[in-house]
Amino acid sequence: MRGALFAALATLLSLSACGEREGTAPVPDLPLIAANYIDAGNPETLREWGQVQRSGGELVLSEGVLPYDLNTPLFSDYAHKLRTVWMPAGTSAQYREGEVLDFPVGTVITKTFYYPVSDGADADEVLLDTATDFAASGKLQLSEVRLIETRVLVHREAGWEAIPYRWNDDQSEATLNRIGGIIPLNLTTAESESEPFDYVIPNVNECASCHGTNSNEAAIHPIGPKVRHLNRDFAYSKTLGGARNQIEQLSRVGFLTGVPVDLDGVPNNARWDDVDAALDARARAYLDINCSHCHSPVGPADTSGLSLEPDASGPALGTCKLPIAAGAGTGNRRWGIRPGHPDDSILIYRMEAKEGDKMMPEIGRATVHAEGVALVRQWVETLEGDCS
Amino acid sequence: MANAVKGLALSVVLAVSLAACSGAGESEQTLRDISEANTEFQLTLQEQLLDAKPGDVITIPAGVYAFDRTLSLKADGVTIRGEGKDKTILSWQNQKAGAEGILVTGNDFTIEDLAIEDTTGDGLKVNGGTNIAIRNVRVEWTGGYSTDNGAYGLYPVQTENVLIEGSVAIGASDAGIYVGQSQNIIVRNNRAEYNVAGIEIENSINADVYGNTATNNTGGILVFNMPNLPQRGYGTRVFDNDVNANNTENFGHEGTAVASVPAGTGIIVNSNDDVEIFGNRVADNNTANVIISSLQSTGFSDEAAQASFDPYPEGIWVYDNTFSGGGASPDGADLMTLKTALFGIDGSLPDVLFDGYVDAAKLVDGTMPDALRICVTDENVDVLNADGPGGFAAPRVESEKYRCRLTPRDPVTFALAETES
Repeated sequence: MRGALFAALATLLSLSACGEREGTAPVPDLPLIAANYIDAGNPETLREWGQVQRSGGELVLSEGVLPYDLNTPLFSDYAHKLRTVWMPAGTSAQYREGEVLDFPVGTVITKTFYYPVSDGADADEVLLDTATDFAASGKLQLSEVRLIETRVLVHREAGWEAIPYRWNDDQSEATLNRIGGIIPLNLTTAESESEPFDYVIPNVNECASCHGTNSNEAAIHPIGPKVRHLNRDFAYSKTLGGARNQIEQLSRVGFLTGVPVDLDGVPNNARWDDVDAALDARARAYLDINCSHCHSPVGPADTSGLSLEPDASGPALGTCKLPIAAGAGTGNRRWGIRPGHPDDSILIYRMEAKEGDKMMPEIGRATVHAEGVALVRQWVETLEGDCS
Repeated sequence: MANAVKGLALSVVLAVSLAACSGAGESEQTLRDISEANTEFQLTLQEQLLDAKPGDVITIPAGVYAFDRTLSLKADGVTIRGEGKDKTILSWQNQKAGAEGILVTGNDFTIEDLAIEDTTGDGLKVNGGTNIAIRNVRVEWTGGYSTDNGAYGLYPVQTENVLIEGSVAIGASDAGIYVGQSQNIIVRNNRAEYNVAGIEIENSINADVYGNTATNNTGGILVFNMPNLPQRGYGTRVFDNDVNANNTENFGHEGTAVASVPAGTGIIVNSNDDVEIFGNRVADNNTANVIISSLQSTGFSDEAAQASFDPYPEGIWVYDNTFSGGGASPDGADLMTLKTALFGIDGSLPDVLFDGYVDAAKLVDGTMPDALRICVTDENVDVLNADGPGGFAAPRVESEKYRCRLTPRDPVTFALAETES
């Protein structure tokens, strides 16, 4: 019944398809749904949440849904990410400095993973292009990108839940995908070098591998929306008022209360690729967002005794620290970080590795972030002291 | 001994070139043929694990199943049960993603009667949880021992009330059975073979290790403490085990704690306290049947540890064991030279080797308080002090200094372990 209806709609709309990527079949537009909070269950389609949805060859944000970026993001195989946050009318998050903002029940956060594509390319051919902001207009042109997955984090009465959706091949719909999967892709650089890799969509339990940030409890939490990651400008659309600090914007739209009057004293992590920022700040920001959700004193990787939180130092940060249960992940190196010697540092080995038993993070990438490695290498080179 | 341990890379090379080892870091064996394995079931099983509720028993029929990703379980109170550790075979030979075969975070977890084979990394990792039972599970790298194998076979960490029994671990490039940072532990009636470490208890409190067979590992049974971890370990009893011929070359990864274990080690206590070793049958471990050492012999340095870390092994009691053979062909040129110098070409190192590190700050009038002593009670068991603190200049047999007794530890008990299966 439902399939027949889709088929009929597809036929009707096939005449008026515009903005479609060449070579892909036109897909139907469904009526837009307003952003909403679903307090139980696992909706079968992403569309039901009404946060981000397809409309006329674009992926658009519903009214009231706010996009955001992080100063330094987690590396995910060079995928681009469109992040959004929304709260039910009359509710707001409470500002707090060290941890994730205190979001109210009803908050829905989404993160859509996508890659740039060339016109007419096969679906598994994606581009490595980190220079272009494909969401600059506040929406995505589906002729320019391939949507891979959208992860929903919803704050329900009992706590946060992760509900993942996978975009189908014709990009018409993202459907519930709790068991995850592997998508073989080819990543092509500007120099036309191509690297095949397995893009891994995590299963629901694996969401907790990163989002279960306190190993003493079963609860999961958002990771990105901490003040130090959010404290930066964002180029909002004209209707949202243009470029502005994200903390300020969250406050203006009523999503955040308790914001200090003066944002000058509010913590902010460096942007990892900001060559004008201090090297130490850039490297620590990179390690913070990529590692500290597990490598903190209470995270799942506290079993290693390694913390990569912004305030960690000494052996806890890995300096001259012996590995605990690294196995092949030591790369035959003796210390987490050997100051001045990146090639003797397990930290670098694990970032350069791609095999499951050697690489870090344990999940979430199948390629090496060459630019990220270069940054952390450079940082280790500048560290003073030595191990004996 | 320290020199031997520190020069382990060299030692391993020598061991390989001099001794009758089968190759550089691996043995020759053929991987299980999984061409006929069921590849569809993995999605069914993963979905069952996602939906699992307390009290659920997830059964896996006999057969060979192939997995390409880590299986993960987050729920409490779940049992995963196969039809036998040689009948229900879960293979990760084709693993594409994930650092483990099975990753569990949850309380009241039981896994039994199945095999986990050829994982990229660890076989089964249980990260946190109370009341964990692992029964009659086999973890094996079917291609034989190799540095390329995963690190740990059975790997509960930060757990409480954990029972591992009737299980088998073969080929791990770190420890076959490894319990880390846990409390109330029983490891009994298992078999560990061809791992770098057969059975390892690390940074754990109250462990009983008994009725196991550890053979053909690099080191049979290890009780370790490492610095910079949330929990310091103490209180392990190792008794009634068969610890034979753990002479496999050390094929661990340099930098790991076990890479410092000399091939031919029966039972080793490293920087741990309150360890009781009794009633074991320990034979033919070519370096030494028992080693008592400090992390100071194995690459420890002050900047590598938090200030509070105590590297000294204290309150160690060895008695009523049956020792035979062993010590005749220690791993590495330095230990071999030491053996030959002290005991002759045809001689052997004594049954107990102590690296000699003692915490001078704890001496009272030049004597270690009774509870902190190292005791090797039996008159027929000799102790070699390798004189680590003296740069190994004056190694000496000084057995009489260790003829003392400590207070026996209470058995570890918890409800899960009341009946032996």
